[in-house]
Amino acid sequence: MKANYGYKDGSGEYFITVDTDLCDGCGKCVDTCPEGVLEVVENELDPLAEELVARVTEEHRKKIKYSCAPCKPTGESRELPCVQACEPRALTHSW
Amino acid sequence: MVSTESVEYWRWTESRWTNPDLDWKDADIITAGIDVGSVSTQAVVMVDGNLYCYSNMRTGSDSPDSANRAINWALEDTGLTLNKIEYAVGTGYGRVNVPFAKRAITEIACHARGANYMYGPTIRTVLDMGGQDCKAIRCDQRGKVTAFLMNDKCAAGTGRGMEVFADLLQVHINDVGQMSLVDDEPEPVSSTCVVFAKSEAVGLLRKGWSKERVLAAYCAAMAHRVVTLLERLGVENDFAITGGIAKNIGVVSRIEKELEITAPEPNVDPQLAGAIGGALFGKALVEKARKKAG
Repeated sequence: MKANYGYKDGSGEYFITVDTDLCDGCGKCVDTCPEGVLEVVENELDPLAEELVARVTEEHRKKIKYSCAPCKPTGESRELPCVQACEPRALTHSW
Repeated sequence: MVSTESVEYWRWTESRWTNPDLDWKDADIITAGIDVGSVSTQAVVMVDGNLYCYSNMRTGSDSPDSANRAINWALEDTGLTLNKIEYAVGTGYGRVNVPFAKRAITEIACHARGANYMYGPTIRTVLDMGGQDCKAIRCDQRGKVTAFLMNDKCAAGTGRGMEVFADLLQVHINDVGQMSLVDDEPEPVSSTCVVFAKSEAVGLLRKGWSKERVLAAYCAAMAHRVVTLLERLGVENDFAITGGIAKNIGVVSRIEKELEITAPEPNVDPQLAGAIGGALFGKALVEKARKKAG
């Protein structure tokens, strides 16, 4: 499942997408995020499953444009720490 | 002269229903789903996975109280009591505030499951137009979520916005959709933000626009906004709309037109999707627990 967390407003689209089929709940993205945007919890979109998956915390969902800004590359593009830490490549950012 | 001041145009009709063909006394598993939304609360009771009774009413300022009132109204005159319900699931904004629920499940999962029950297993895209947010959901043939996108950052394009417009134009909310179907479709209002759109509408009225045309411009703006949300996720047939706005033909027909797709007519109140999904998850969780126990 592709879980999109974030929003769209006048200034653009800000979504972090977690592919829960790829995510193994290892939590490395949680440790690497300096702003505490991510957390690992039971998959709330599939109440009958018990696996753990990453998601964006409730607190950050409506402000990830700002929460993620410190990691966003300026000039030379580099991979974001959370994306880099994710071995199964389950994390993507829309902006 | 009759004063129109006291008429509450936004006030939609609350309802309850019991299935005359079912008897809960024969049931093996009785479950309930309570969807405490920001605007409305639904309580649904299902016996062995079939819709038995429901209530649909406004959410008050107190979520636990709204949940209690909804379930009590749903159970009224059925002879069924709360203690006979094996598993109750809470969903919606107030899902953690349902005192008698064994579990809270996010409304995204519940709406997909509910739409699968209401419209059949061919549904792949669900648009839930709620009271205060709007969700685009993709699901598989079992009603399991495969992708979702939610907009809850503002109330534009939601039931709450429509209530504000009904009040402003003094048109009963049930009539808004039909009234907005004008022959000469105007340009949509430029902002769907409820506050900005309201001031724009006041300006249009002053310019001499009819209520019908103003409603058309607002419904079109609302439809366009949710279509952009859907396009990001991708729309796959079959497509269904749930939530209160699904009853507004003015918005629904404009979404259908923009997407060049037809949404099926609901056979039950589309506001019930979340609560139905919750009750179905309740049943699945009971079955899972029983299987584990042997």
